[in-house]
This record gives sequence, C-alpha cells and structure tokens, in this order.
Amino acid sequence: MATWKEETQSLAGSDLVMIRGGSGKPLLVIHDELGYTGWMSWNEELAKDRELFIPLQPGFGKSPRQDWMWRHRDLANYYLNVIRELGLEKPDVIAFSAGAYTAAEMAAANPELLGSITLVGPMGIKPDKGEIFDIFACTIKTCLRQTVFNKEAKEYSEIYGGEMSAEQFEWFEDARAESARLGWEPYMFNPSLPDLLRSAKNTKLPTLLIRGAEDAVVPEDCIRKYQDALPQAESVSIEGAGHRPEIEDSAAFLAAVKKFLA
Amino acid sequence: MQIAHFTERPVRYLAEEPVLENRAFFGVSNKYYDREKAAHDYNFYLDEACFCEEVGFDAVAINEHHGNPFCSGSVVNIEAAILARITSEVKIVIIGNMLPGVKHPLRTAEELATIDTISRGRLVTGWVRGAGSEQFFNNANPAYNREMFNEAHSFIMDCWTKDGPWRYEGKHFHYRHVNPWVKPYQEMPQQWIPGVLSAETVMWCAEKQYPYLGLGTALGPTCDLWDMYADKSAELGYQAGPENFGYLLPIFCADTDEKAQEIGKGFIFGGGQNAFSRPEHTLPPGYNSKSAIRMLGQQPGGSWLGVSKDKLMAGADDSWDASAYDGLRAKLIAGYEKVQDNMQIVVGSPETCAQKIKDILSVIRPGVFTCFAVQGSVSDKDRLRSVELLGKEVLPVVRKHADEIGLFGPFDRTPGSVKLAPGSKRAPVVDREALAKLNLG
Repeated sequence: MATWKEETQSLAGSDLVMIRGGSGKPLLVIHDELGYTGWMSWNEELAKDRELFIPLQPGFGKSPRQDWMWRHRDLANYYLNVIRELGLEKPDVIAFSAGAYTAAEMAAANPELLGSITLVGPMGIKPDKGEIFDIFACTIKTCLRQTVFNKEAKEYSEIYGGEMSAEQFEWFEDARAESARLGWEPYMFNPSLPDLLRSAKNTKLPTLLIRGAEDAVVPEDCIRKYQDALPQAESVSIEGAGHRPEIEDSAAFLAAVKKFLA
Repeated sequence: MQIAHFTERPVRYLAEEPVLENRAFFGVSNKYYDREKAAHDYNFYLDEACFCEEVGFDAVAINEHHGNPFCSGSVVNIEAAILARITSEVKIVIIGNMLPGVKHPLRTAEELATIDTISRGRLVTGWVRGAGSEQFFNNANPAYNREMFNEAHSFIMDCWTKDGPWRYEGKHFHYRHVNPWVKPYQEMPQQWIPGVLSAETVMWCAEKQYPYLGLGTALGPTCDLWDMYADKSAELGYQAGPENFGYLLPIFCADTDEKAQEIGKGFIFGGGQNAFSRPEHTLPPGYNSKSAIRMLGQQPGGSWLGVSKDKLMAGADDSWDASAYDGLRAKLIAGYEKVQDNMQIVVGSPETCAQKIKDILSVIRPGVFTCFAVQGSVSDKDRLRSVELLGKEVLPVVRKHADEIGLFGPFDRTPGSVKLAPGSKRAPVVDREALAKLNLG
C-alpha cells in the first residue's frame, strides 16, 4: 500500500494542507465542492506510479480561508502559484466537479504550466441544455443522493455511511460555505471560460473529459461545451455511474485515466 | 412603553393543502396567486393599519418576505410609503429592510429618507439579514450575508450623515457619486433590530445601542439573550434597560376565549411559523457564523426559525401522502396548545390576553411590545375585531402595568443614555423569579 501523509506547507502566501502519497511523476488532484473524502482505492491505484498532491482547498476547514479569493479563477491562480513554488514540472491534473472548474481556469490562465488536465463531471461552463444541479438548495443527504447513481458502490457507504460526527458536519458546512463564496453567482460557471480556454486550445493541452452517463449534477451538454472549447479533448462516458465515477465504477474510471496518462 | 401592531399580511385566499404538500410556505407555486383577492388584501392591510392608529396603537410594523405566501409584503418600503401618507400619528416601523438581499444600499437610503420625510419623522427603520430562503429568492450570496449587511448599514449611516458628493469604493458596494437629495426628516431615525436568538446580532445591537426585538422567542432563551446584551452594554459603559428591548408576540383577541381559540388556529395554518421554509432553504451555505454552525453540529434541536442538524441531514423523501393530512393537522393542533402553554402565542378574550401579556412583560421587561396579528384565512371582520379589542380593552391594561413596573420605551428614554461607571455592576434587565413562577420548564 502506498504511503500518504498530510502536511501543512506555507505556499503562495498562505498555509496549505496537502495530502501527498505515492511516487513518480506528479499528479495534482483537485477535489470537488464537498471536500476531500479520504484516500480511496483509486488514489491507491494511481499512487503506484505517480506522486499524488491533493491540496485541501482553502476555506474547507483545514487550510485557512483566503479572503481575497472571490472566484474559481482566483483559486486557480493560487494553485498555479502552488505548482510554481513546489517546483512541479508540468504536473498532470485530475479534478472533480467544481474542482474541475478550477482546473479549467488553471488551464485557461497558464496551459504551459500543466502536463494535462482530466476533468471529471466538470462544472464551469453553462450548458445550453439542462442545468447544473443546485447543490446549495438541498439538504446534505439529498445532495449526496443526487451525486451518486450507483448507490451500491462500496466506497459510497464507506465515505457517507454511518453517523456524521459534529466535526464532519462542520467540515461539510465549511465546504458548502466556501463553495458558495466562489460559485454562488453565476452559479458554478464563468461565462468567459469558453473563450479563455483558447489558450489551452492553441497549445493543444492534452485533455480528458470524463462523465458518468447517469450524472444528475452536471448535464451532458457541459461536456459538449468543453469539447467545443477544447477540440483536442478526449471524452469518456462511464455507463451506470453518476457524478462520482471514481467511486461508482473505479475500474472503468481508472482504465480511462491510466490510458490517457500513459 | 411603545406598543405596535404587526402583521405579515398573510395570503388569506390560499388553501392549506399546497403549503402542507410543499412542507413549507417558501416555494409554494405562485400559480395560486389571485389578482382580485390580492388587490383586496393589499388594500385591507393598509386600512387595518389605519384602524390600529384609530384604536390606540403607537406604531404599525411591517416587514417583507419573498416567494412566500406566509407574507404578501414583498416591497416593504412601498407599503411604508403609503402608510406615511395615510396615517398621521403612529410610528411606521419597518422590521426590516433586508440589506444583503436588496443589494443597493444607496437606493434603500433614499427610499427610507423619503418615507421619513413624507411622514414628518415617524419612521423607525429596522435592518435584517433576511431569512435563509430570502437568499435564494434574491440570489444573494449567503456566505457574504453578514459582510454585506454590515457594509450596507455603515454606508447608509454615512449617506444620512455626510454631506455629498462623495465617493464610495467598498468590498461589496461601489458608488462613484453619493449625494442623495433626500435625507431623513429626523436627524437620525431610530433603528430597531428584529432577531431570532442570534447572539451575533444581539452583540451588534448592544454595540450600536439599538433596541433588539425578540421575535416570539421562548421566554427562557430570551432572558439569556437580554442578559448577553446587558453584559455587553455594561462593558461598553451603559446600563441596558427596557428601552433596549422589544418583543413580538403572536396575539389574537376575540370577544370570548372559545371564539379566540378557534380563530387563533390561523397561527398554525400550514404549519405556522415553523413551516416558513424547509431546512435546505433555512440554512443556506455560509449563512450562519462558524460558531453558530459549531453549536448546531453539537446540539441537535430546532428553534423558532432555526433548523437542527438532524433536519438539515434529512433527505428529501418528497412523496406526499394525501392521507397524512389529518394526522398532520392533529400534530399542528397539539403544537398550537403547546406554544400557548409556553406563552409563545397568546389567544383569548381581552381579559385572558391582558393577563398573559402582563405576565410576559414582567419577565422580559421590554420597552417595545408588538402584537403579531393572526395568520391564515381570517376574515376582515374578525381581524378588525381583534385590533379593536386589543386597542380599546387590552392596551390600556398593559400600559398601566408597564408604567407600574417601569418599562420605558425607546421614545421615552434614549437607548444607551443611562451611563454605567466602568467596573460597576449592572442592574438586572429581566425578572427570573417572575419567569420561574410561570413554570415554563
């Protein structure tokens, strides 16, 4: 089993709590709007030949909130500075949901700094058909139910089963609050992003788009819009999975990611 | 003491089933809106306010909510502006303008100054953060709610006190040219702040020397909150007194207790205040402070407008079983009796109402007392009769009692004007012995 550790570093002007594990070429993992859910089997698998860097987003309970961050674009530029200060050489980035929105902003701001981006159930671009599910207008439990299609997935119950402790509740609320600060309006998209991605298009930044075929949070049209903005992107749809394909069908998810990163 | 009449101006023609099916007032479709009946109601509520003035109330208080048939007032300043012209003596109390939701404090400053000017200085302006559901309706980022509230309030104070033109570049609001050509008629209108057990709001009021209005909160926790305010006041060098506190209580009065009990069930129409909005709309992300969230996580249990962790965690099992209607009504009726036992709703004949109000005033000693009119589909006639009985029979008794126990209102004694030497012990602001005698548990 790969070893992983949680460490706090002063990076890009603030303390940042980071999960690091595995060894090999750097892989930056950007978690979603609900926060880091722990070291899962897919982390373990990727850590066999990659060093995973998983920053815990500022304001999500562990890394201190940065008052100057108003938009995903601000967070993206913060992470780009983290990459610079860590001295990571063209890391691949894999990012989820609102985290994928952040990763897309990173690619738009400085595609040359990145090796590739894998966007899983990406928010960030307004779909023409359908709506990005409003995670702020539902209870925590409803939000989780909406997120996962395959509720029989082993890791779904491992993450969310049982009682929620007071500490977990607080982290969850921290995550929701910070996600609202960054993405309340416009709701989880940047109208400029498709145009800003021209830089990533021109540099042909390798891009993989992954979506669970039953995703009830991010409409399929978001993928089409990303595909329009980034014609070089490969796209994978995972049958029988919702918004969390990495835990709902880890095998299919890992197969797609490993093939792309190979 | 100042005694006010308050109404949510409920949508009275709405059947109860859509509210029960929605499990809340917020979010009930406006497909049920009836133009003719609404026109009647909007006009009736203005007439009712005039009648309050006629029978002896000192003030009429109104508020606003959005997307919610619990309250038909959506633009409170418009109604207040009409009242400014059609009433002549009563204070016009707005509880309040929802600063983070309006998002335009310069406009708000102008509107309120206009109301104060037309009424020749009868405006009492309140400020609110807006209930959780209001953040959704107004697309106001709840995570910045407190920041926007503080900034907007501070900006309005500057609008009313600084000579223009001047420029403002804040965090949430930006104005290149501030020079409103309407200022309040009063040098500074009084500001009364309604709240539902928010410690942060209470501390803010104490710092500003603003009266804090408890919205029907249980008497025990209300006493705790008053003490918190008074402790902060003492730290700041003044003795808090009745002039610093107000209390709003749902009251319905009829000629007999029996009739009042029947009609007073309007307070639980659709689930009443507890059904204002569903948990997911009551507590949007970032709306509560970190410390409030911490308390919520550790202490499941709801409050008047609050929401427990358990409720927040609950999934939306949205299936509606029509057969559950009778059971639900039975639960509401049981709740109706319980809140009366807790003295959070007062319903009865003038004698019954007067005695209960006196008991409550003896405990929490507010200088402002606000009668919250009945909700639900209560007729014009029954509503007006309640106003009349309160004004002519209950208020004189209550005023006499208030005088006997020294309940100064904020227009009798300026809040913050009783100085306290640093380090000296403050006087009590509530009567806990009187509370104990009520046996409320």
